[in-house]
Formats: sequence, structure tokens, C-alpha cells
Amino acid sequence: MLRSMLSAHLRCSSPAQLAFGSLQVVKQLQRQLSSASTAPAAATAALGETNIQDPADTLEFPGGRVPFTNGLNFLGGPLTPSSPRIPCYRTLDGTGRHIPDAAVPHDLQQPEAVSLYKAMAKLQVMDTICYDAQRQGRFSFFMTCAGEEATVVGSAAGLDPRDVVFSQYREHGVLLWRGFSFDDFANQLYGNSLEPGKGRQMPIHYGSKELHYQTVSSPLATQLPHAAGAAYAMKLDGADTVTAAYFGEGASSEGDFHAALNFAATLGAPCLFICRNNGYAISTPANEQYAGDGIAC
Amino acid sequence: MALHTSIARCNARVGRASAARVAVKPQYVRGAAQVVAAKKKEVMMWEALREATDEEMERDPTVCVMGEDVGHYGGSYKVTYDLYKKYGDMRVLDTPICENGFMGMGIGAAMTGLRPIVEGMNMGFLLLAFNQISNNCGMLHYTSGGQFKVPVVIRGPGGVGRQLGAEHSQRLESYFQSIPGVQLVAVSTVANAKALLKSAIRSDNPIIFFEHVLLYNIKGETHDGDYCQSLERAEMVREGTDVSIFTYSRMRYVVMQAVAELEKKGYNPEVIDLISLKPFDMETISKSIKKTRKALIVEECMKTGGIGASLSAVINESLFDELDHQVLRLSSQDVPTAYAYELEAATIVQPSQVVDAVEKMCSKVAVAV
Repeated sequence: MLRSMLSAHLRCSSPAQLAFGSLQVVKQLQRQLSSASTAPAAATAALGETNIQDPADTLEFPGGRVPFTNGLNFLGGPLTPSSPRIPCYRTLDGTGRHIPDAAVPHDLQQPEAVSLYKAMAKLQVMDTICYDAQRQGRFSFFMTCAGEEATVVGSAAGLDPRDVVFSQYREHGVLLWRGFSFDDFANQLYGNSLEPGKGRQMPIHYGSKELHYQTVSSPLATQLPHAAGAAYAMKLDGADTVTAAYFGEGASSEGDFHAALNFAATLGAPCLFICRNNGYAISTPANEQYAGDGIAC
Repeated sequence: MALHTSIARCNARVGRASAARVAVKPQYVRGAAQVVAAKKKEVMMWEALREATDEEMERDPTVCVMGEDVGHYGGSYKVTYDLYKKYGDMRVLDTPICENGFMGMGIGAAMTGLRPIVEGMNMGFLLLAFNQISNNCGMLHYTSGGQFKVPVVIRGPGGVGRQLGAEHSQRLESYFQSIPGVQLVAVSTVANAKALLKSAIRSDNPIIFFEHVLLYNIKGETHDGDYCQSLERAEMVREGTDVSIFTYSRMRYVVMQAVAELEKKGYNPEVIDLISLKPFDMETISKSIKKTRKALIVEECMKTGGIGASLSAVINESLFDELDHQVLRLSSQDVPTAYAYELEAATIVQPSQVVDAVEKMCSKVAVAV
């Protein structure tokens, strides 16, 4: 990437080398970006050779060895010929039939499949009733997870019950799978004295220490650094659990998202980041939220 | 404080807006024997704010709006409803969800020629933008030696609503008031909402513009024409003699509810809507206290470090000899706003508390020496 090329230059031996190299990079980039976007292919002609120099001649850098190149190329991004889009994994086709060669590393037995399906069905029924109740004014707020039942229930089933969940607000399927009853949900929605939150948080901001589900907080993506921190704590404890952090593609625009991923990566913390990309953040479509293949790596 | 006032910027008459119900204006028809009363159209506060935004965007091509879902969705409280159809997707910009990001973006745009209106979907989310607001928005005019100005308006719904939970019920005026270089304005009526937003947009200073989540649907009349209201003047809501009640935003209505009861009991309170939370309109405030000799502050922010705390200190320091009673402050409890109805009501100021406070203050009679 441009950044790594620049940083490699920044560690060159002489200031002159650094200045000259950086100037080449920046001038080229400026020209490419400000030239008409109608002909990106023409603008990406590489200058000089692209082959890596002597593999033994590398830059020693914290984090690994950096090979040198004498070609000036920008890797990735909108100006280079497009690489194939990150694909979407599936094992069932559009009609619901199993795709013959699909990779299914953890086979499902029928009883488990039925439990998953039951949970999804219960979830959908609960959502329908609660949504109507909210529209009738019985409580102030509700969010359904229509269309995302499989995402939350499936992922919850893959987790250990002791894995700590940091959710956004659309993952009550995880709670349902773990054993939160309809009464528990109703108590929270009504904010009465029977719920663990004691009526202090608004509806759908569930929390259950018993079920290892952290209380939801409204501002988006604030739970992600929490998840990284909790995973860090687990690592220090030598625990065999992980944290699972859920969020939407809209929330991934927040600074906290990038910070959390960076922390989890640099700390080597056992944190699973699960993005529910449903294409919209209230009214903002995904193509206005980010420029890229999706929240994936 | 060397803040420019908005008065020079407005090309319409500026004055104290009367907050009481606007009188019906008679219209004289030439040749007619009778005077025909013309009633202006009543609009809701969100419509008034929308009118102000629309008028300013039309008048000045550098004015733009940015925030989450302000474009096609029209804003969480419809203040930018359909404006994207008139001004396009770039001037009414739907941003990705990153408050610190789009706040920084607005500040950068302001420093290089635009006049952005940055909307927080809820004021509470602007806490994520606190760094940009305090370190940059407020500071850059000063730290650049005056070379760069930051003419942004940062607006959004704040205050305690109806069971929205703690994170959606924030009162950020208390957190923002310490930031050097920003002006804080709180609107309360349809008329002052439109007139103040127009002034805020025209001001070269960064203005944090507090709307209240429960006031968007109140109805009223706006001023005629291109009326701009001073950003630094308080509003006289009710003239009186017994006690000066200082309030702002939705608490103005809580106070007036209490006043209705106090009037029946024979009290004559003076009610002043602060409007300008920073800087305080000390001229209006001191004139009132010199008259009534008692000050009661009614606010929705927390007791600790609230607007009332600052105002109380200033009054004690500068008007101590004019007071016959210590300054009383009615503020919200220092707890997160709970969701449950009863808990929420118990954390904010209720009209009965205002009545009790006035009775307590006014029953102590000063002995003349």
C-alpha cells in the first residue's frame, strides 16, 4: 500500500533519499488523483520496473523485513486495475438447496438444526409482536432483526455460552439462543423492576451478566474497544474464552471501530468482530457509508 | 470577551424578541371602512428551523448542511426535510456515521470558505466529536492569530425527552460551556428558533445551537421577513417584581407552568429566558436582579457543573450586594437519566419544585436597616 511504501522510504538511510523518494510518490499520486477520472487505466502506467530487487537486501523494520523495489506503483485503491471483489460465502443456493461442493467444516445434525430453526422462528414472532406493541405506544422504542435472524442465531450457536458478547442493538437473537425468556425481554422493554437493568436503560438495551451479554449502550461502535479490552483481559487470565463484538456496517464508520480492530490486532487479543451488513444505516445506503467491497478482510 | 456580535452581520433590525404570544397584526385595506385582522401562519418549530436553513442557503451559496441522514431522510426531526431536492446531495450531505469525522470535516470546510451547519442526530452523540469541538472548533481562530475563522453552526436535538434513556437525554451545554472560543445558544420558541438560527448561520463565530427534543412540534408564528435575533441577548418572558427566574430551553415552559400557579397565590415573578448560555447577557440579568433582589435558576442540566453553577457564581461575584436571598438553583439530579417513566420524572425539575422555591425565597422578608 501507499502507506507502507512511504514508511519504507521514511526509514531510508539518507535524508536525500527520503526526500527524493517521497517527492516521486506524492507527485505521482497527485497527478493520478487530479487527472480526469474517465481514464483511470491510462493513468496507472507503472514507472520503471516492478520486480523486487535482491531478496537478500531488505530493510530491517520492527514488524518484519521490507523488500525494496525500484518501481513506482500504487497497490490497490480506485486507480489500479480492479482486483476481484471479496466474494460472499454460501452453502445454500437461492432456493434453499444445499450446494453440492460447498465447504461445511462443522456438520449439523438434525436436532441442532431444528433448535436453530426454532430459535429463529421464535425470534421472528417476538419481533413482530414487539414491533406492533411499540407502534401502539406500549413502550418507547424497538428494533427488529428482520432478515438477520440466521446471522445472530447461527453465530450465537457457534460461540461458547461463556464467550462474552458485546452487541450493538440488533442481536437479541443471541440472548434468545442463550436462554433469555420472553418474560425477560418483556420486562426489559417495559423497564420494570423485574429486569436486571432495573428500568434504567431504554428498550432493546438488554444486558445479562448471567448470560455473558454486556448491557447495550446507544452510541454506535463504543462497544468495540470494550470488546478488545475484554479480550485482552481474557488473554492475561489465560482463559479459553473469546469476546464476540457485533455491529452494523454503519457503525464501522466510527473511529472506535478502526481503533478497536487495531488494538485487537496489536495485542493479539482473542476478539471476534462480526459485522451485520444489511446495506443501510437508517437511510444511508452502504455505497455512501464506505468505498470498498464491504466490512471484510 | 472579544467575540464579534451578530448584530453587525444582520441586515435586518435586531432587537429583543417578545416571547409572549405575538399580537395579531391589523391590516388596513385602503378605502375600506373596517380594519381587517390578518393572522400569520402558525408553523411548528422544526418547520421554522427548516425555513431559516432554507432561506440562508438560498441567500448564501457557501452555506451547507452535513450530518447523518439529513439529506434523503430529511433529518431525524425533519429540520432538513426535502432540502436535498433543492440544493443537491453535496450541499445537504449525508455523512458516514462518524461524528468526530464529520465534525472535523465541517471545521476544515469552514476554515477554507464554507459555512457548514453540522447536525448531530442527537446532541449526545456529539460527545464523540468533543475533541474536534474543543481542540479545533473553539481554538483555531485564536491559535492561528485570527487568520482562520470557523463559522460553523453545530446543532441538534438535546435535553431530556420522553423515555429515551440516558444516552439520548444528554444536556451538553454543561460540558461545552468551558470551551474557549465557542458561543452557546438555546432556543425555546418558534419565533426565536428561526431568528436565532439565521443569526447563527451568519455569524463568523462557531455557534453551538441547542434545540430541545420535545419542542420540535410546538406551534407558533415566526417574525416577518429576514428577521435575525441577537445571539447574545436574553429574552424577557414575563416582567415582574418578586423574584428573577432565569431559565432556558424547555424549562421555560416548566417555569411558566409554575408561574400560572404562583400568580394565583399572589406572586409576581419575573421570568427571563437566557437564550445566550455563553456569554451570559449580564446587562439583562443584572437589571432584573437589581429590581427583584432574588435570583432563581431553573435548568435541565445536572446540578454539578451546569449552566446554573456558572451563572450562580457570576451573580454572587458581581451582584452580591443586590441580593436579599442566596441564589437558588433547580437542576436535574446528578444521575444518568433513567428510562422508566417515574424515575425519569424524578430526575428532572418539575413545576411544583419551582413553586416551592419561589415561595421559600419570597417568604423571607428583608429587614430594612
